[in-house]
Amino acid sequence: MARYLLKRVVLAVVTIWAVATITFCLMNMVPGGPFLSEKAISPAATAALEAKYGLDKPFGERYVTYIKDACHGDFGLSLKQRGRTVMSIISAKFPVSAKVGGVAVLVSLLLGVPLGVFAAFKRGTAVDSTLSVLATLGIAVPSFVICTVLMYFFGVKLGLLPTLGLNSWKHYIMPVFALAAYPTSYIMRLMRSSMLDVLGQDYMRTARAKGLSQKISLFKHALRNAILPVITYLGPMIAYTLVGSFIVEKIFTIPGLGGEFIKAINGRDYTMIMGTTIFLATFMVIMLLIVDIVYTIVDPRIKLK
Amino acid sequence: MTKKNPLSLQMKLNPEDFLPATNEEKESLVVMRESVGFWRDGLRRLRKNKVAMTCLIVILIIMIFAFIVPSFYPYTYSQQIQGANNLKPFEFSAGEQARIEAGEKLFPHIFGTDKMGRDYAIRVMMGSRISLLVGMVAAVIILIIGSIYGSIAAFAGGWVDLEMMRIVDIIYTIPDILLIVLLSFALKEPLRALASMKGFHWLSVLGENLVSIFVVFALLYWVGMARMVRSQILQLKESEYVTAARALGASGGRIIRKHLLTNCIGTLIVITTLQIPSSIFTESFLSFLGLGVAVPMPSLGSLASEAINGINTYPHLLFIPSIVISLIILSFNLLGDGLRDAFDPKLKN
Amino acid sequence: MAEETRDNKYLVDIEHERLSFFTPAGEVKALNDVSFKMKEGEVLGIVGESGSGKSVTAYSLMGLTAYPGRLIGGTIEFNGHHINDMTEAEFRQIRGNEVSIIFQDPMTSLNPVYTVGNQIEEVIRLHTNKNKAEARERAKELLTLVGINEPEKRLKQYPHELSGGMRQRVMIAIALACEPKLLIADEPTTALDVTIQAQILELMMELRDKLGMAIIMITHDLGIVASMCEKIAVMYAGRIVEYGTTDDIFYNPRHEYTKGLIKSIPRLDAKDHERLVPIEGTPVDMLNPPAGCPFAPRCDSCMKICLREMPPVTYFSDVHYTQCWLNQKAEFEAGSMTGKEAADE
Repeated sequence: MARYLLKRVVLAVVTIWAVATITFCLMNMVPGGPFLSEKAISPAATAALEAKYGLDKPFGERYVTYIKDACHGDFGLSLKQRGRTVMSIISAKFPVSAKVGGVAVLVSLLLGVPLGVFAAFKRGTAVDSTLSVLATLGIAVPSFVICTVLMYFFGVKLGLLPTLGLNSWKHYIMPVFALAAYPTSYIMRLMRSSMLDVLGQDYMRTARAKGLSQKISLFKHALRNAILPVITYLGPMIAYTLVGSFIVEKIFTIPGLGGEFIKAINGRDYTMIMGTTIFLATFMVIMLLIVDIVYTIVDPRIKLK
Repeated sequence: MTKKNPLSLQMKLNPEDFLPATNEEKESLVVMRESVGFWRDGLRRLRKNKVAMTCLIVILIIMIFAFIVPSFYPYTYSQQIQGANNLKPFEFSAGEQARIEAGEKLFPHIFGTDKMGRDYAIRVMMGSRISLLVGMVAAVIILIIGSIYGSIAAFAGGWVDLEMMRIVDIIYTIPDILLIVLLSFALKEPLRALASMKGFHWLSVLGENLVSIFVVFALLYWVGMARMVRSQILQLKESEYVTAARALGASGGRIIRKHLLTNCIGTLIVITTLQIPSSIFTESFLSFLGLGVAVPMPSLGSLASEAINGINTYPHLLFIPSIVISLIILSFNLLGDGLRDAFDPKLKN
Repeated sequence: MAEETRDNKYLVDIEHERLSFFTPAGEVKALNDVSFKMKEGEVLGIVGESGSGKSVTAYSLMGLTAYPGRLIGGTIEFNGHHINDMTEAEFRQIRGNEVSIIFQDPMTSLNPVYTVGNQIEEVIRLHTNKNKAEARERAKELLTLVGINEPEKRLKQYPHELSGGMRQRVMIAIALACEPKLLIADEPTTALDVTIQAQILELMMELRDKLGMAIIMITHDLGIVASMCEKIAVMYAGRIVEYGTTDDIFYNPRHEYTKGLIKSIPRLDAKDHERLVPIEGTPVDMLNPPAGCPFAPRCDSCMKICLREMPPVTYFSDVHYTQCWLNQKAEFEAGSMTGKEAADE
């Protein structure tokens, strides 16, 4: 168990380092540099700016400095938002994304798991087919389509829900729905197939042969086994949802990290892009790690590894 | 309990009944079920699957509209018609109206026009072409890279396999969406520079963004395929029938052809089919963020993205590409599910 | 009155049971007219190849028939219960309590995410009023009973931490937790090593002597039934083709299938030139069973009548009977002789 965890932690650190390196190289590969787009800057001014941001030093040296600083959570200054550090922007924007994402994660778990179990129980019936059609739609329809359709009908046509910002609970409804549609559908499908799988297992027959009621054999014996695949999916799912979907934040103008990332890309804010990428990657990798640890607790068989 | 042998007394029996039966008589009773091959059996199951067949037809229809219809369509995707900006479906501009009154026959703008006066129907068709191309080319790239990498790892075994899989593990945990956005952003400029060089002009014909999308897929998305191929081959390598075939003196080539391929191919088809919608999904996502194909080339994602600002007045400009892309992704997903049920039932869970 | 009815003399009394699985491809007649009785404490072996209906028969006793199977005829009595019209709730009262089952594969029959102790105590607490501590005590007792040492430690372990033989012992402990009247063992040793097989069988016989429950032993291994069972039912294609005491079956088999089975057992005392004789052919397609004897296409002594009509039951003693036309042949010849004589007179 300890060895397994150690291996996972090492892998996580390597992954984060790989992401940081790839990001750094990519950003430095782009010809022209960050100040190219701003015209009317004299060569002298460019040189001064490059000196300020340390861009005049050789590549290797910059890389070492950057990684060293990044280890302390220092991603440098934003190139476009003058005077603000990348970390201060991230720490201001991330909680907004996390709040919307957290609600979406809860919603998708609370809907996806019971609906999947229900569909498995009603397999072959109209209820099952209806749910499976909904789940397939939820997986197939891209989030920008869901967002825009929601916005058009509930925001524009009916005027029921506000379309911009995050000022009241009503503002949460559409972004959360759009964010939760995919994971809910995915969890539902996962839960249904794993439940069907578990219901056909020999130990479920044993539970019946013991004389256990359907309720106990379902909640005690089936659910705990069937939920294992959902837990594996939970890691990436929570990570992606919490950091905020780029699309959802863009469409509903939510001041979150996803929107900030897109803004940085469009504005060629190199330090911001690097910082956000490394932050998000670290966050996701840590989520994966936590889920892995939770998994070893829920499934005793893992401990042998 | 007393002995009771009731039946023999009740039934009328003839002495011939107790004569031995011939082998022919015995065989006539054994109804053997027809044994069917892998492909025929799978195709039969696929044909029975109404949902999958409907999706196949939908995909074929969309393909006809995306690849064949534009070549003889009266408008082109980049042609701007004077004064025909923001027309409603089946509406004509004043200039066109005059020409029709002069006796000219004009093809209607089925979906209207966009704000630059381009026929929207042809733009949606071209957008579907791009989306389908991206999906299928990406799936092929992934199939090739993934299966080569996976089979090398599986056949090499030992520390080579271990190291190769460690790389896969790392790529697997890298958050793909982030890196895709980053890569397509970073690759834009170098590719543009490359395209201006001699011999690389074809790059700009395809569009630098489109190429960078393919590069991104080729760099990141093959890992799932590689894992699947490796595990399939490892499983087969250790399976008893391959050992048996080897023991019977079958050559390596025959084993690969007869056993490995027939057993892997179902899985490969299914994963490739399911890869298409996920690539289309990613492309539309990138296009929507403005990182997709270059103007004036449309893709379904960029069409939707452009239309979002006019959502109040021209909602159809948003809904048409949205519906088409949802339809494409849905159909490929359901077809993939159908293929899986037909050719690879063990993948079901 | 009731005490005098035949039903109560027997622990199990199955009469003309018919059971079918209604699959999309059609009705699969899994059981066709199965009848047998068992006294308390009796050990019955049910022998047959896969798909012959051995397990289906036993499962229907507990109401565990898998979907889409349905009982469509006959009566089943068990320990005074009319199984035919029992509800699921009533079944729950007797399952694990009056009748228990051990499954074939101990690897998959225990829930991997709960400890052994949890799974044993569960059934104890379900059917008795014992509290948690008492149930744990009883579980420890049971583990000792099935020959597991260090029960205290084992209770806290998960199934994957135990060996196959150990897990099957745990399954037996679960089955015996409430001292059932009947223990159904569904190929309990098939998935185990040969040396472990013997241990488990020995344990089962030992426990029967100690606790006095009846056992239904389902197996395709004639060797197992020979050493354990008092009565043997040979099943083929959803029918009991021969039933009798172990001696009847082994020394006086009257059905061609039984004879085939016995010939296919390797024997230590075989002479040099004797060879194992396999039964040629494949089992019948249960979707479209033939009109006549289901074994006819594979039978070496098949007669014309066998292909047309299902043979009637021939009794050789109170307990030994078979369904085979060959046994009717002699009688028919004798009968037609007497008929002829009668006509002559």
